[in-house]
Amino acid sequence: MSQATETTPVKEQKKEGLFSSKNRHLLTDPIGDNNPITIQVLGLCSALAVTTQLKPAIIMAIGVTIVTAFSNLIISALRNTIPNRIRMIVQLVVIAALVVIVDQLLRAFVYDVSKKLSVFIGLIITNCIVMGRLEAFAMANKPWPSFLDGIGNGLGYGAILVIIALLRESLGSGTILGYQIIPQALYTAGYVNNGLMVTPAASMFIIAIIIWIQRSRNPKLVDIS
Amino acid sequence: MQDLLNIFIKSAFLENMVLAYFIGMCSFMAVSKSVKTAVGLGAAVVFVLGITVPINWLFQNLLLIEGALGWIHPSLATVDLTFLSFIVFIAVIAALVQLVEMVVEKTSPTLYNALGIFLPLITVNCAILAGALFMVQREYNFPESIVYGLGAGIGWAIAIIAMAAIREKLRYSNIPPALRGLGITFILTGLMGIAFMSLMGIKL
Repeated sequence: MSQATETTPVKEQKKEGLFSSKNRHLLTDPIGDNNPITIQVLGLCSALAVTTQLKPAIIMAIGVTIVTAFSNLIISALRNTIPNRIRMIVQLVVIAALVVIVDQLLRAFVYDVSKKLSVFIGLIITNCIVMGRLEAFAMANKPWPSFLDGIGNGLGYGAILVIIALLRESLGSGTILGYQIIPQALYTAGYVNNGLMVTPAASMFIIAIIIWIQRSRNPKLVDIS
Repeated sequence: MQDLLNIFIKSAFLENMVLAYFIGMCSFMAVSKSVKTAVGLGAAVVFVLGITVPINWLFQNLLLIEGALGWIHPSLATVDLTFLSFIVFIAVIAALVQLVEMVVEKTSPTLYNALGIFLPLITVNCAILAGALFMVQREYNFPESIVYGLGAGIGWAIAIIAMAAIREKLRYSNIPPALRGLGITFILTGLMGIAFMSLMGIKL
């Protein structure tokens, strides 16, 4: 788990508005140069399994964003009262409670998707993004910036998820959100769906390509080791 | 007996946590830089999965599922607490990892030094919680859950040790700079996943 790269000074934030430039950066950085998946290497487990189709990927992204944002908010509000030695257990309980809420909501409103995602919704608890942001950011910052940081990281995670799912669903099954996008004429002309894209291995290759593109555009991000 | 062996082979190879389901990736990516540390973490995961899966089975079947509380009072027989299983499982895992750490420290300092920082890290390894959740989903019985926990752990250990061995050799190869480190590891994992897919044809 990567430790904090943020060094946001806490004192200055009193005078700032709700959406000052620093706070806006908390939202936008994780979508680009501090992306949780491609740069911080957090939360891979679920990223790969739910992306064969776009719909579960979007739902997963929303779930993770909600859990990250609110667990950041809650832990940040409690940060001065949590004893340091048991902080992991406190964090896990807060996360698990939020995940249970998300799980029950999904079961109530989109039952078929929740059945498909069942194990992976549970895995949000051990999704390193949530724990990672709690440790790296929420334990040292005020509730509002922590909340924004949570939303930003959730969105950054979601962006990668949606890119992977778009590629995998359109190339692997010829559909997007269940609607066919490859015209029937192409199939009759001999076009075949790419079977590799349906396997989990395809998401590894797509992430590798995203990393490749991102790091070629911004050589600062290349790790030398 | 044959059933148990089948579950073991299945959980270790056919349904390998890392290479078939891509679970437990975070620590897989982070700790697979050298074979020595990979062996340490792999051993720790086998150990913890082998213990937590059966214990979570006991919690699930003696406390949480519908009718499990009937032995206290007949009126409790309709209580269904399965919605609490996430919280119970993760609490059991966190508590057990802490306990295991203390026991290992007292009884075998050499093993404790070998595992070092990896023991606490395991709490947030998705593979451990996934082991418990898959155990529930597949409705294993108690002996099966023990075998499943051990098999899944051994499968995870094999994968991370193989990955670390490949990455050690990779130092001598000429990879495009932007792909070095993380990028090439992803591609390798994908290729290993495809290799493991060839095992899926085996019916047990």
